[in-house]
Amino acid sequence: MAVKMKKKSTSTDMTAMCDVAFLLLTFFILTATAKVPEVLPVDTPASTVQTKLPEKDLATITIGSGKVFFDVKGKDVRKRTLELMSDKYGVKFSDDDQNKFAIMESFGVPIQSLKQVLDAKPSERKNIQQPGIPKDSLDNQLADWIQNARIANNEAHQKDLEIAIKGDAKEEYPIIKRVMDVLQDQKINNFSLVTGLRGKEQ
Amino acid sequence: MAELNTGDSGGGKKGSKKVRSKKQNSKVDLTAMVDLAFLLITFFMLTTTLSKPQSMNLGLPDKDDKVDTNVKVDENRTMTILMGENNHIKIFRGLLATPKLAPKSVAYGKDGLRKDLLAQNQQVKAYTAAQGKPDQGMIVIIKPSKKSNYRNLVDVLDEMAIVGVPTYAIVNEFTPEETKLLGDSAGPAAAAPTETATATQP
Repeated sequence: MAVKMKKKSTSTDMTAMCDVAFLLLTFFILTATAKVPEVLPVDTPASTVQTKLPEKDLATITIGSGKVFFDVKGKDVRKRTLELMSDKYGVKFSDDDQNKFAIMESFGVPIQSLKQVLDAKPSERKNIQQPGIPKDSLDNQLADWIQNARIANNEAHQKDLEIAIKGDAKEEYPIIKRVMDVLQDQKINNFSLVTGLRGKEQ
Repeated sequence: MAELNTGDSGGGKKGSKKVRSKKQNSKVDLTAMVDLAFLLITFFMLTTTLSKPQSMNLGLPDKDDKVDTNVKVDENRTMTILMGENNHIKIFRGLLATPKLAPKSVAYGKDGLRKDLLAQNQQVKAYTAAQGKPDQGMIVIIKPSKKSNYRNLVDVLDEMAIVGVPTYAIVNEFTPEETKLLGDSAGPAAAAPTETATATQP
């Protein structure tokens, strides 16, 4: 009898532990945001700074192979930005399009052909050739996107939009300069450069 | 702790075998399940917090044209970094015509640019301390040429952060002499860049 008791005590009841573990697991799975596939894959240069990008109130300008892509965080901000843009350029978007735009990843097409990208299935969007957002002085849609995103963000969250530039390491300087000029024309003198992690010793 | 309940685990004793094995089967061993759950929890926890990209903050001066851009600074405190193509850098201190430190080529990274920056920083500190203005530090003028790429810019800005340069500016105007200086090393004569640099010295 005494031997049997000892044998029993070695196995613990793990039901409660299992419950807690799975509860936490469910929580983390649900809170984790699925990583959206990048339409324009870029190789960011490394740096030693440790500052992290904010999660919201952020617009990211991706620069790679001479093209510029734009992305804003937040569904409400995205919708409002699209509304403002469609007013300005006279391009109509249906409610369905707006909802699609709200959950879309970054894009790099002139607003006139944005509808084609919205109509495509999310899995097929990667195959569409996106020429980048026009940014020259004649057709400066990038500046309008940024400006309207700032307006929309201010309306929705009463906070200033932060701008991050995510450039490819091999990108030549003039195009980075051009984007910085577009930002500075709107008096955005403070922005972030997205970088990767590098060890201190390198 | 871990105890596997196989079908014949209670086979050691005769007689009460049937009852015992039935009782044992009602209890499932949860160890493996808990292990898996915690593994997944760890995975999701790490991926949610670590996937945030890093960023470096960049503040540029106001692009207002009314501001007098010809701010006079002490030439003893300035150091100019010219960024050329193929990861070439030329540095000099003071004015190009009468440099405090002759223009020379350096490499990116710990043993190149950073060494020079640290050395110059010490010299400038000694100089300003002698002048009775120890709060004034080195001024670095970063001149990215059209051929330099984004990685070069981020690398240089990163060095600024590591060395702790108090004032630095990104300047886009190149004087003809500077273009020539940069062109000398970037050309086919890149094998002996240091000699070329000193040769341009009067």
